[in-house]
Amino acid sequence: MSIDGVDIQPIIGLEIHVQLATKSKLWCGCALEFGAEPNSRTCPVCLGLPGALPVLNQAAIEHSIRVGLALHCRIATRAKWDRKSYWYPDLPKNYQISQFDQPLCSDGHFEFKHADRIRKVRIRRAHLEEDAGKNDHENAAFSAIDLNRAGTPLLEIVTEPDFTGADETREFAVQLHRLVRYLGVSHANMQQGQMRFEPNINLRIRRGSETFVTPIVEVKNLNSFKSLHAAIEFEIDRQAREWRETGETLTRGNKRNRGWDDVKLMTLPQREKEESEDYRYFPDPDLAPYEPSPAWVSAVREDMPELPVPRTERFISEYKLPEQDAPALVDDRATADLLDEAAACGGDKATLGKQFLSFWSMHANARQTSIAGLALAPQRFAQLANLVVEGAVNATAAAQLSEALLSDDRDPREIAQERGWMQSRNADEIAAWVNAALAANPQAVADALGNPKKLQAARGFLTGQVMKISGGKADPKVTGELIQKALSGASAPNAAS
Amino acid sequence: MSQPTTSAKIDAARVAHVAKLARLSLSAAECERYAVQLTQILSYAERLRRAPTEGVSPLSNPNDVVNVTRTDEVAPSIGVAAALANAPQKHGSSFRVPAVLEGGA
Repeated sequence: MSIDGVDIQPIIGLEIHVQLATKSKLWCGCALEFGAEPNSRTCPVCLGLPGALPVLNQAAIEHSIRVGLALHCRIATRAKWDRKSYWYPDLPKNYQISQFDQPLCSDGHFEFKHADRIRKVRIRRAHLEEDAGKNDHENAAFSAIDLNRAGTPLLEIVTEPDFTGADETREFAVQLHRLVRYLGVSHANMQQGQMRFEPNINLRIRRGSETFVTPIVEVKNLNSFKSLHAAIEFEIDRQAREWRETGETLTRGNKRNRGWDDVKLMTLPQREKEESEDYRYFPDPDLAPYEPSPAWVSAVREDMPELPVPRTERFISEYKLPEQDAPALVDDRATADLLDEAAACGGDKATLGKQFLSFWSMHANARQTSIAGLALAPQRFAQLANLVVEGAVNATAAAQLSEALLSDDRDPREIAQERGWMQSRNADEIAAWVNAALAANPQAVADALGNPKKLQAARGFLTGQVMKISGGKADPKVTGELIQKALSGASAPNAAS
Repeated sequence: MSQPTTSAKIDAARVAHVAKLARLSLSAAECERYAVQLTQILSYAERLRRAPTEGVSPLSNPNDVVNVTRTDEVAPSIGVAAALANAPQKHGSSFRVPAVLEGGA
């Protein structure tokens, strides 16, 4: 972007903390439970009591590797654990167990579509670490500490500074949120802080032949897509202004942390503790290194589901879904699987796609569940789709049938026959309806025959009348043919005059 | 990893810095004394650095074991009363500590 004769190019990288959906904590068996009584999910390990020995949760490793594979990362052949030392009341050991120089996953990338372009963002690393506890500052006189969250497994994903604006950074965050839920490795509940963002933002400013780079600002702990977007927009503007006023550029050591104020809608400087970045990492002697075996990593890879981005593309082309509607169907993995299973049962794909987006979605919404949550076998969806394809029922009857299927186990054809919803393809029956429709609407017949401009509309009107007379049972294709035939047999009342 | 630089000379200011990070309260005299002692210890470590280690991968754990894991199963916690048993101060079921400001670390 260009402002006041200078060219401004934002440089944005993103760190994302994803809480892994394990049952127990990273280093001990305490349950992960949001909203439990403070400190009721603690033990000597997560309280940091002397002599307690942490033991690694296997599921946390597996979840991390799943994400790493989805992000095309290199999976470490050897990962170790390091202590990151700092003092804060919510960190009972006075160090956080993390991974410093041997992360589980590194050097990956993620591709997503944004503004009609394929964007490829490089992933620097993804490492496993433990979360801290919670501080409650409600009372000004003291802080109350709850260590239930201490020791919760977090995967920290770090991108390269490949983003150039707030929109595409947010879109990446949305896609990543979708991905981790798809993989089943995180519930990623934003309200509960299970996915948190920390963008690193600065600007490359060109004025004439000169180039300036502003100091990097890290905005801490954003827990919504909206605040992520707003914080980036604000920082771009603020840094441009600050550069004009001070001319300060990036130097070693002038990176700053700021916090986002959701009420004032601005970033505010965070109180920097002197030397707070001196974390004195060193290997944790309590923990053995982890070496994922290549065979096991291959097995995890084999077990990966089709990922949301490619699946969306496939659904658009295979099920003929409109581009804007496809993501909603893909997002719920069980529903997307169901659609594939219904197609595998022989259901017509385009019809299944249409029906999933129309009445099946409607039934699911009305019952506050997903289409998969309707708990119908895949062949039921296929049977109904194919009744429409073969012309046995029309769209209205199909919608009624879908409702019936929720409480009736019989073949949809049988139900349709019983309720009189089957379409008639009997030419004699339809011819009688057509004749009745033409007789009742002489003006439409006159329009069809006498005015080529009105032909199309008049035929449509007459088809509608046949449907009305037949109670929707007349097969549209046969009806169309018979109307055509009847019209060409009739004489045009106005033609002679 | 911040490895001590070669032939690190530890001065009193450096001791004071590390003491601050470790929340240790040292007098100026103690800083001077430890500076001398720590320099001696590090110069001994210097000799170890000269050992031929080419082709030897760094040892991060003295035990020759890897992949010590447990299955993801919930085990009983110790209960709020036991968790708070050593706390100097409590507030309901929480530890009570002097007021801290957000965004400290």
